[in-house]
Amino acid sequence: MNAPLFPNGPQSANSWQYRALNSANPGLNFLSDALLELVAEGHPVLAGSADLQYSNGLNKFAAQHPERYIQFGISEQNMVTAAAGLATTGHMPFVATFASFLGLLCCEQIRMDIAYCAQPVRLIGHHTGISLGFYGTSHHATEDIATMRAIADLTVISPADGPQLAAAIKASASWPEPIYFRIGRGREPDVYAPGTPFVIGKAIEHMQGDELTIIACGLPVHPALEAARKLNAEGRSVGVIDMATVKPLDREAVLRAAGRSKILMTAEEHNVLGGLGSAVAEVLADEGCGIKLVRHGIHDEYSLIAPPTHLYAHYKLDAVGMEEVARAALARI
Amino acid sequence: MSAITATQRPAGNDYAPSAAEIARLREKARFVRLETIRLIEIAKVGHYSSVFSAAEIFSALYYDVMELKAGEPTWPDRDRFLMGKGHAAVGLFPILADLGYIRKDVLDGYTRLGNPLGDHPDMRKVPGIDFSSGSIGHALSAGAGMAWGGHASHRDFNVFVMLGDGEMQEGQVWEAALFGAHHKLSKLIAIVDRNGFQLDGAVDDVIGVEPLDAKWRAFGWETHVVDGHNLAELTALLRRLKADETRTTPACIIAKTLKGKGVSYMETEPGWHLGYLAPEDAQRAVAEIMSREI
Repeated sequence: MNAPLFPNGPQSANSWQYRALNSANPGLNFLSDALLELVAEGHPVLAGSADLQYSNGLNKFAAQHPERYIQFGISEQNMVTAAAGLATTGHMPFVATFASFLGLLCCEQIRMDIAYCAQPVRLIGHHTGISLGFYGTSHHATEDIATMRAIADLTVISPADGPQLAAAIKASASWPEPIYFRIGRGREPDVYAPGTPFVIGKAIEHMQGDELTIIACGLPVHPALEAARKLNAEGRSVGVIDMATVKPLDREAVLRAAGRSKILMTAEEHNVLGGLGSAVAEVLADEGCGIKLVRHGIHDEYSLIAPPTHLYAHYKLDAVGMEEVARAALARI
Repeated sequence: MSAITATQRPAGNDYAPSAAEIARLREKARFVRLETIRLIEIAKVGHYSSVFSAAEIFSALYYDVMELKAGEPTWPDRDRFLMGKGHAAVGLFPILADLGYIRKDVLDGYTRLGNPLGDHPDMRKVPGIDFSSGSIGHALSAGAGMAWGGHASHRDFNVFVMLGDGEMQEGQVWEAALFGAHHKLSKLIAIVDRNGFQLDGAVDDVIGVEPLDAKWRAFGWETHVVDGHNLAELTALLRRLKADETRTTPACIIAKTLKGKGVSYMETEPGWHLGYLAPEDAQRAVAEIMSREI
């Protein structure tokens, strides 16, 4: 830390304030950096945020392109509808706020003004799932996959980390539909190296499992991989699929896993009702696959209050918990 | 009737429409009312009175004020029109047909299976509809986005947003009002059709919205109150707001209107927000509209 600017201000290097801390978080740069890249490529990008530019890192984009940044204040519904209006004039708007606000508060605006009006707006729901820890239920988003995937003509992408978000945003430049991106808080361990290509609608099959395949999206991809590696080292056969595009779902990847494995498991930072687990279950039911499916996530409840890492452990969404749930699934074969 | 009030600068007479122009606009407003009756006969239900309060606003905008190209509904520099009170779309569709945006036979299939024209306007289906509506309270936000986007694209178009007075009860309207003033969206012009009624009764009995002009002024909008059926006043004001290059705020017109204007019994009975006139009653309504000078 630099020497304190204010002699009467905090003196300890352990003290911190919101803007400075967030500006120093490299995990938050992926969004701005990806948008800056799109601008450099000539795309008509506009970015908007609702009083959270230091939480989603768009302050970096705003500083470089103030003419392309729109401050909406604490008016999320206005932001979403206005983004649709912006898109009608040929711009490519990216608007960002907490996933809980986009997925629930703005659900109708997303349906009526963006998806139904077919305006190619990119919605960035950040700090999704239970990543806001002890901020509590108002700030948790455990229903946003369910609401967003029920909206016709809306693509839903849940990247596992910053590099995948950046790659997905790059891939989205030519995607005709509006997109809901569901992302974490920028502190997730990376699964992917920067520059790893991303194809919308295509699952990423990390490893194949003859006994169990874990189909995950978002933050749980990393712990699912760790759990699978550990179990495979013991001689089990566990596969992992990153289903980053929740809609349109890669049905073929689900069916391949169902054909190969004896049991399937989904893992998501979301209510087990309506999310990735439900989407996979729909495919299995549609195709008459008589395979057991363990849906792992938040079991139709509101999360406890705790720091995020404690919550991930409590809900078995960290590597240890994921391994435990996977072992239980293997025991059911 | 009432004069334009509380204007910040003198109105002058430069923008006053001629007698011939007023007569033409009056005929167009009459056309809107008559077509509304004709189309609702197809659906057997519709919002007569919501259109009738706005007929002069439709006429002034589409036949005088807005920059449009007949037959080219997607012309990028056109002025935009959005309606928060989307249930008045039945009065707009005949205008779109008149301008060559939709075919006459499509208009005549209003609400029939597979036809693009329903009770609310749909931009995906209807050429000339600049934005869909139906859920009250969204339109001003969408219009604000268009005004911001037009400015960013160095296009000079105006964005007119017609809002219902019951719509003033929606919170999102005021989010958009703050946003429009803060970002100085001077090409954004809201028109509140202050006809006084909503489904459950008088707006001021349901959830009062007055003092409405003071609210818009307090939100930073240049605000005018006008008789929404007086085509001379309304057109002059709209022309002037459109021409004003000095304004640094959005503008709001509170158009004082009568719900059901043109058909006497509808003007006194708010239940006509939604209804149906059997052919013999429709004929009497048509006769009144034909004989009355508004």
